[in-house]
Amino acid sequence: MNREIDTTGIKIGMWIFLYSEIILFGGLFVLYAVYLHRYPQFFSEGGKELDRIIGTLNTVILLVSSFTVASSVTAVQRGEKKKCAALLLFSILCGFGFLVNKYFEWGAKIDHGIYPNSERLVNGEPGENIFFGLYYLITGLHGLHVIVGIVLLCLSLVLLLTGRVTAQRFTMLDNSGLYWHLVDLIWIFVFPLFYLVL
Amino acid sequence: MDRFNSERSSHHILGYRQLAAVLAGLLLLTGVTVGVSYIHMGFFNIPVALLIACTKVTLVLLFFMHLKYEETIIKLSFIGTVIVLVTLIGFTFWDVAFR
Repeated sequence: MNREIDTTGIKIGMWIFLYSEIILFGGLFVLYAVYLHRYPQFFSEGGKELDRIIGTLNTVILLVSSFTVASSVTAVQRGEKKKCAALLLFSILCGFGFLVNKYFEWGAKIDHGIYPNSERLVNGEPGENIFFGLYYLITGLHGLHVIVGIVLLCLSLVLLLTGRVTAQRFTMLDNSGLYWHLVDLIWIFVFPLFYLVL
Repeated sequence: MDRFNSERSSHHILGYRQLAAVLAGLLLLTGVTVGVSYIHMGFFNIPVALLIACTKVTLVLLFFMHLKYEETIIKLSFIGTVIVLVTLIGFTFWDVAFR
C-alpha cells in the first residue's frame, strides 16, 4: 500500500501551533509594555540587578543551538546521518547549558530575597514587585519551553538513530527544529527587554 | 500525488555556509544590542533595542525556520499572526498611554 504523507499539511499544523505560542507570549509582552509605561524607573533599576553576562551568554547559547538545529535538518536531507546526530546532541547539550545558567541566575536572585511573594518584593515598591513578577513569569514560561524543546530534540535524535527519521521522511525533526527556533525567537525579545532596559 | 512529489522535489535545502553566515549576523547583532544599551538615549533605547530584536527575529524566521522557502499559505498566515499581534499590543498600549 502506497500511503501518501501530506508534508505540507503537517507543516501548516505545526505553524498554527506556533502562532498560538506567539500570541501567548505576545499577551505577556502587552503586560510588560503597560507596566514599563507606568513604572519606567523601577524597570530600569530592576534590569540593572539582572546579570547581563549570564543573559548574553544564554543568548549566544540559544543562537548557536538554533544554528546547529537548522544544520541538522540540512544534514538529514543530505543523508549525513552521523553529522545530523552529532549536531542534535550538541543542540541538546546547549539546551541543558541554558538551563544550568538559568538555575544559577535564579538561585542568586532568590538568595537576595527576590522571588515571587518574597518579603522584600511584597513590602517594597510595587514597580519593583511587578518587574520581577514579570521576569519570573516570562523567563519561567520560556524555561518550560526550553525543557519541552529538549524533549522534542531528544525524541528526534532517538528516531533518527532507530532509522525512523530519514532523508525522505524527517518531519518530526523539522517540526522539533521549528519549536526550538520559536524558543530562540522569544528569547531574542526577552533579552533586551529585561536585561538591557535603559 | 503529483502535488506532493513536486513539492518534495522543490524542497529547498540550505547550505551549512549560508546558515553559518546567518549565525554570524545574529551574533553580531547581539553584540550591537548589548553595546547600544550602554549609550543612554532615554526612552529611545527601547525602540532601538526592539528594532535590532526584530531584525534578528526576521533572520531566524527566514532562514533557520525556512519561512523564505515555504509555501504562500504559511507565509500569509504568518503575516496574519503578526498583524493580530501588532493590533493586540498596539491598541492596548495606545489605550493605556493616552488614557
